[in-house]
Amino acid sequence: MSEGQIKKFMYVNRKAPHGTVYALESLEVVLIAAAFDQDVSLAFMDDGVYQLKKGFNTKGIEVKNFQPTYRALDDYDINKLYVEKEALEARGLTQDDMVVPVEVMSRAEIGKLMETQDVVLSF
Amino acid sequence: MDIGILINEGPYTHQASDSAYLFARAAIEKGHKVSRVFFYHDGVNNSTRLTEPPQDDRHIVNRWAKLGQEHSIDLVVCVAAALRRGIKDENLAPGFRISGLGQLIETGIQSERLVTFGD
Amino acid sequence: MLHIVNKSPQDRNSLDTCLATAQPGGALLLIEDGVYAATNGNAAAGKLTQAMGQLKVYALKADLEARGMADRVLEGVNLVDYGGFVDLVTEHATCQSWL
Repeated sequence: MSEGQIKKFMYVNRKAPHGTVYALESLEVVLIAAAFDQDVSLAFMDDGVYQLKKGFNTKGIEVKNFQPTYRALDDYDINKLYVEKEALEARGLTQDDMVVPVEVMSRAEIGKLMETQDVVLSF
Repeated sequence: MDIGILINEGPYTHQASDSAYLFARAAIEKGHKVSRVFFYHDGVNNSTRLTEPPQDDRHIVNRWAKLGQEHSIDLVVCVAAALRRGIKDENLAPGFRISGLGQLIETGIQSERLVTFGD
Repeated sequence: MLHIVNKSPQDRNSLDTCLATAQPGGALLLIEDGVYAATNGNAAAGKLTQAMGQLKVYALKADLEARGMADRVLEGVNLVDYGGFVDLVTEHATCQSWL
């Protein structure tokens, strides 16, 4: 593999925040990935859409609030965030509930996009 | 073919590490190269030399170490995830090394496939 | 691409989401607790059979055997060993584990 090669990485997030560590540690991978100048996109499916629900207040559970980090992604040129339409609908959420600008897509559309990736990582 | 592996769960609780090991062994038997196994989340617990399973059980840590040494597999434990969980150089099994998440991204870039095992 | 599902369809929605997302022409490999979906009488068997029109469906034999389910594999499911798992990974350009 040649130096400077750009691959398409998709990070698939399907788990709710706080109950398990996956949301936070997935975000840590994405931030590191930004430094590698790869083509990065994030897909939020199933309970993963809860990761972007506005208004986290984690004081009561005494856990660091990592939600501001999603707002910082744009500074790292990570701005391809796709949210599953069916998942929002099944959870009484809309695009307005999301903490950052996202593109809402059907599962099938996310599936098509997934097919175009070089690496798909799921946490 | 050069195949990378990501393991997101610890030993003995989830099957992930067992499945990954059997997959890696089969890949090597078929003549493929497993260049790196990256341990993340609770997967970092696969690397502690303090692991002592009962005699009649498989030793998940040791068999990774052995496979790694025999086939020059780079067994990388994520530093941030490891420190959170009390995994440090002093309790690391032979063959493993602690490094950054960049190693995972690098594996994604350099290997031809990346297979994830987790919960 | 290759889709890998390792969760029982009665425990998690991984299989449902995978089937709704996977594009025609791909492959689905069931491993670990995911293999229960590939057995006769399982409530998910119908949707798995339906998916076979668009996806090739495989299940890891060792996981079926370990769970005492190898004698009731759904028709149309191809059984593979770990070597077959490796082949599926190398034959497809990408893989996604529906964790």
